[in-house]
Amino acid sequence: MKVVVDLTRCQGYGQCAFLAPDVFTMREEALLYDLDPGDERREHVLRAAAACPVQAIHLDWAATRHAAEQAGPPAPGKSDGRIVIVGASLAGARAAGVLRREGFAGSLTVIGDEPDQPYDRPPLSKQVLTGQVPPDHTMLPRLREVEAEWLWGTPATGLDVAGKRVRLADGREIGFDRVLLATGTRARSWPNEAEAALEGVHTLRTVADAARLRQALAAGPRRVLILGAGFTGSEIASVCRELDLPVTVVERGPAPLVGALGGVLGDVAAQLHREHGVDLRCHTTVTALEGDADGRLRGARLSDGSTVEADVAVVALGSIRNVEWLRDSGLAAGVWGVACDAGCRAVDSNGLVTDDVFVAGDIARFPHPLYQYQFMTLEHWGNAVAQAEIAAHNMISDQAHRWPHLSVPVFWSSQFGVNIKSVGVPTFADEVVITQGSVAERRFVAVYGYQGRVTAAVTFDQGLWLEFYQRLIEQAAPFPPRFRHVDQREAAEPVPARVPERLVATAGATVVVTGHDPAERRASLVQAPQS
Amino acid sequence: MTSHSVFERILDPSGRADPYPLFGELRHTPVARQEDGTYVVSTYREIVALLHDPRVSSDRRNLRSAAEAPDLTLSFIGLDPPEHDRLRRLTMRHFGPPHSPGMVDGLRPAMVSLTTALIDGIAGKRRADVVDEVAYPLPVAVICRLLGVPVEDEPRFHAWADQIIETLGPGEEDRAERERERQAVAHELKSYLAGLAEDRRRQPGEDLLSGFVTYRGPEGGMTPQEVVATAVLLLIAGHETTINLIANGMLTLLRHPDQLERLRAEPGLIVPAVEELLRYEPPVQLVSSRVALDDITIDGTTIPAGSPIVLALAAGSRDPAHTADPDRFDLCRARNEHLGFGGGVHYCFGAPLARLETQIVLAELVRRLRNPRLAADPPPYRPSPVLRGPRHLLIDYDGVEPA
Ligand SMILES: Cc1cc2nc3c(=O)[nH]c(=O)nc-3n(C[C@H](O)[C@H](O)[C@H](O)COP(=O)(O)OP(=O)(O)OC[C@H]3O[C@@H](n4cnc5c(N)ncnc54)[C@H](O)[C@@H]3O)c2cc1C
Repeated sequence: MKVVVDLTRCQGYGQCAFLAPDVFTMREEALLYDLDPGDERREHVLRAAAACPVQAIHLDWAATRHAAEQAGPPAPGKSDGRIVIVGASLAGARAAGVLRREGFAGSLTVIGDEPDQPYDRPPLSKQVLTGQVPPDHTMLPRLREVEAEWLWGTPATGLDVAGKRVRLADGREIGFDRVLLATGTRARSWPNEAEAALEGVHTLRTVADAARLRQALAAGPRRVLILGAGFTGSEIASVCRELDLPVTVVERGPAPLVGALGGVLGDVAAQLHREHGVDLRCHTTVTALEGDADGRLRGARLSDGSTVEADVAVVALGSIRNVEWLRDSGLAAGVWGVACDAGCRAVDSNGLVTDDVFVAGDIARFPHPLYQYQFMTLEHWGNAVAQAEIAAHNMISDQAHRWPHLSVPVFWSSQFGVNIKSVGVPTFADEVVITQGSVAERRFVAVYGYQGRVTAAVTFDQGLWLEFYQRLIEQAAPFPPRFRHVDQREAAEPVPARVPERLVATAGATVVVTGHDPAERRASLVQAPQS
Repeated sequence: MTSHSVFERILDPSGRADPYPLFGELRHTPVARQEDGTYVVSTYREIVALLHDPRVSSDRRNLRSAAEAPDLTLSFIGLDPPEHDRLRRLTMRHFGPPHSPGMVDGLRPAMVSLTTALIDGIAGKRRADVVDEVAYPLPVAVICRLLGVPVEDEPRFHAWADQIIETLGPGEEDRAERERERQAVAHELKSYLAGLAEDRRRQPGEDLLSGFVTYRGPEGGMTPQEVVATAVLLLIAGHETTINLIANGMLTLLRHPDQLERLRAEPGLIVPAVEELLRYEPPVQLVSSRVALDDITIDGTTIPAGSPIVLALAAGSRDPAHTADPDRFDLCRARNEHLGFGGGVHYCFGAPLARLETQIVLAELVRRLRNPRLAADPPPYRPSPVLRGPRHLLIDYDGVEPA
């Protein structure tokens, strides 16, 4: 049977771990589980799902929280016609389910370039790598009631907005009335192709990647080298230590997770790495990967002149958005993603909102009213799901019944036995303050503020409080929050958040504007060189 | 007649049999100030918000008028983080995952055979009291076994526990007096448990008490006072609630014969059925121990710092703004999010145990009792508005199926 837990909702109550301990395990607050437990466990899983205080365990993927909250007659709109979804993973599959649930009765085609049905990625860098869950156990629950034509293993190569057609690699063209773009991202690979091709060099994005990397780790390498200490790199390092493998992490920035959480929590993350025996090298980059005569990885040279001997390397240097296929579509699509409005409608290169092209998930770049309408892309599970629901709803609703995607971003990560959870946008901050708990104990709440208001909160094993802070963010409550509350331990004075510059001034322009009067003014995209 | 507030009417024992219309009235004012300065919160959203609000303390010593004699050996239910978290973690280590994952499930065979024996015990009759003969003995036996309390001492607990429960109440009026009574009873119970703990220190077994007295980890262990306070908490909370859940459950099923039949036909429905019971007839109706540490504005009302707060969980779980058709008992209610076990860091510690016991007992009662029916409806209730349940539940039946 297929199980998926909405870990953005999970608050770590652990009832499932009591009721089905062979499916769900918890360390402090970090929940790990088998997404495909055997049928003999069915009864236990049902017990666990029923007992979840926040009802975060889904056996039926199409049933979502939104539906319960939005009960009522279907919104007036367009419930027939042809809808095509490109990208058959988390966002795409969820949107398909929501379309049917909301009463879309027309034809539905889902196009995906991966060979198989949708699976869940977060477990790939966690329980799959430890061996707790086999790679082929991460399939999302079957979309049995989603009646759609699923085209697996079929890359889309182009989008004709005016002609309303998606072009496929095999030459076919699929017509649509409305289309959803959900092609996500791929792993950024090591730029030197020959070095990247060495045996032992990995990236981690797909289930196949995870299977290969799992095998490599299970073989007991002498040392693992991880390039990049973002969430993926840190989680892999954590798994390596759990497997008792020596591991070196090389990070260009001052500490792990700085890009997502800023320097203050980055320092805590660095301590976590070191306490668990990771050889962490910050302010350092890998300059070359080196192989032996048989083309096997042997080690790496670092920017500080040192070398590391390793027989497995994982390149965890972030991701690249899958937008190349949209190159000639006229949409505002580039390395930053596909721009859309808060209703998930794609924006064309003139900045005009389209009517029938929608975007969701890791490729979507959307303005968030809470964050001064700044455009942002969020590469989080929760955002992909929430945005897919909004996009699907809006695709079949008329103007008056469309919803904005206003959900406060939420994500989680589990590493070194700690559950890290975040609400809001931690990089949208100038200051941060520890409000509850103790950094030394690795159990605390950090609240982020920007120009005097609360913009984000991050917890280390204190997820039960996040709901409270989420409300502060939604209400634009003053920062620093000054009230008496439980577990006030550290001197609660804000310190500079040390977040990376959000708007990096790039040398190259992204558009040029031509024409003079309104009728002829046009922006055209300057295509960035392929990276 | 003086005009009593809705909440005062809820507290009045005469209305104990059906407080739900009053809870409905209470929800009209989601945050209702009482004359004594208590704030009663009754809507789902607001209750959930306060359960997760760090400005709400569970430590009564934070009351503006902290009249109560400070009890220096509080159990974690009356403490805030970090003391709460540390003690609860130390307790959990011996009770559930990750350190003792099989503990509760391991009790299942014992629960089943105890249940079988109890139902066998009423087989020769045509009338039984579900409370005295089933709902009470099982949880007590289970918690005694879990803690490591000799079964022969069990009758003494009955008296102690009952007396302690009777002194629990939400009002501020005679709280100090009730508190004194409670302390007196608790004292006897504590000296008994302290003696037991001492035995376990010398000769540890597999039980929780042994775990409490022997474990020392990076954050230390429990002090002897903490061991006793925790044991008292588990002993009392560990069965008083379950008795009511079982008795309320049987009562509700007998009031809904169609649902009872359905459950008989599909025994697997016992799992959602118990969740629905926790929502529909929760044993813990009110959480009456919270205090505002700061001014808290919620739903337009400001609760001043130092004020006592009562969370009307039973009203929240039947809030129509949260649950469709909330006054209907629906065995198969989908995605049932209720407040039956509270929420936040104080979420019921014993929930896994209570669920399992109730599932086992109710399933067996439904399966084995032939044509069961209520001998009296409503049954007599215990006076407590906090832990609400029948004092007795007499049922008639035509016979008992073999185990
Ligand atoms: C290892 C790992 C761990 C993660 N852990 C967490 C976590 O702990 N917490 C968290 O919040 N998030 C986590 N994430 C992020 C989360 O998985 C993503 O945010 C989510 O998968 C995004 O969903 P999506 O549908 O937008 O994109 P994707 O899941 O990337 O799906 C896009 C799909 O489109 C396909 N596609 C691409 N181009 C084409 C084309 N031209 N034609 C057809 N199909 C195409 C892709 O192959 C892919 O199947 C993790 C991600 C990874 C990789």
